[in-house]
Amino acid sequence: MHDAAGHEDHDHDHDHDPSQVPSDIALRVKALESLMAAKGLVDPAALDEIIDTYETRIGPRNGARVVARAWSDPAFLQRLRADATAAIAELGFGGRQGEHMRVVENTPEVHNLVVCTLCSCYPWAVLGLPPAWYKSSAYRAQAVIAPRQVLATFGVDLPETTEIRVWDSTAEIRYLVLPERPAGTEGWDEDALAALVSRDSMIGVARLPAAAGPRP
Amino acid sequence: MNGVHDMGGMDGLGEVDPTPDRALFHAPWEARVLGLVLASAAWGRWNLDAMRHARERIPAADYLRFGYYEKWFAALVDMLVRRDLLTAEELASGRPDPEAPVRTPALTAAAVAGVLARGGPTERPGGRPPTLEAGRAVRARNLHPPGHTRLPRYVRGRAGVVTAVHGCHVFPDANAGGQGEAPQALYQVRFAAAELWGERADPNASVYLDLWEDYLEPL
Repeated sequence: MHDAAGHEDHDHDHDHDPSQVPSDIALRVKALESLMAAKGLVDPAALDEIIDTYETRIGPRNGARVVARAWSDPAFLQRLRADATAAIAELGFGGRQGEHMRVVENTPEVHNLVVCTLCSCYPWAVLGLPPAWYKSSAYRAQAVIAPRQVLATFGVDLPETTEIRVWDSTAEIRYLVLPERPAGTEGWDEDALAALVSRDSMIGVARLPAAAGPRP
Repeated sequence: MNGVHDMGGMDGLGEVDPTPDRALFHAPWEARVLGLVLASAAWGRWNLDAMRHARERIPAADYLRFGYYEKWFAALVDMLVRRDLLTAEELASGRPDPEAPVRTPALTAAAVAGVLARGGPTERPGGRPPTLEAGRAVRARNLHPPGHTRLPRYVRGRAGVVTAVHGCHVFPDANAGGQGEAPQALYQVRFAAAELWGERADPNASVYLDLWEDYLEPL
């Protein structure tokens, strides 16, 4: 097995052909898992459980519940502003990559955008695993220097009168954008509201359109 | 380290592709890498900061070429050998050393939910107390540590304002290098776009970063 990291304190594999990496990565991962399982270092069933957790239980529907509650319950919104980690825990969400949460609120005057320029930090506990574009070099590079242009590529055209706040996740504080409540949703219950909340709106690269019809 | 991972404000890294992306994993091996990294962490041989630094040490050309889970895989392999969970010979052969005892996995399927729910909080109330407060003008110090740091290049030497105090948190620069958690105050700091980007700045934008006390000097 090759070590693509090329670490400094062990023998480097000089026969390694970089062009093989994309094609043989699946084999290399499989070989590593087999080796580690044979040594008793990992239990493949635990890997299955981790994957299943992020495929079925921890994802952006969690964050949507938080947003819908914040829109519906002024006392919850106050608690969310005061201690987002504790307020989000009321809904049963928290833990890995959501240990220290902060909520930033969009208004007609202010738009918030979340990035991690140094790696790909993301609020897993409320949004699950990050999308490919969030992890891309281009997004990590451009969100801090050209946020209005980045937003335009997502179809969000903000006038210069709208202030943009970019949140670079450099520590273990994780940011969740609270999008503006769409017009036409007065009286909707939390389930109906949560169904409107997209993942991208909670990262800050989307705004939610006005409700197209009556409450579902 | 002044690595290629520190991407904020760089040009030439391609265009943002906003294509809606609903697939969590683009191949089954990506999911296995996620599982391997989380399950291996349960051995406690490294912390989050050390693993981030392992990803930063991936050679720059590879770092730019690799996808997210390829970076995770490369750094995991590196750390497994560095921290003596695997030998280089085992990696090369793909077979366990027959002399080494077979262990009991540190993470069982039944324990996964609890481990994920606990996460890894980094706040340490007993750390070095804050000396700055919200509203204080500060400058990010012009630091270039060769090891791990969470002070991006694009704010070094730039002036901002503290907007919140997060309490004391584990200091990554120390923790990644095995020098202990050294907890100290963590601040939310706002930098005006014009201070960071000069003539190229957005006319009505700012960037907020979470920065530790040792990264800052009061103005």
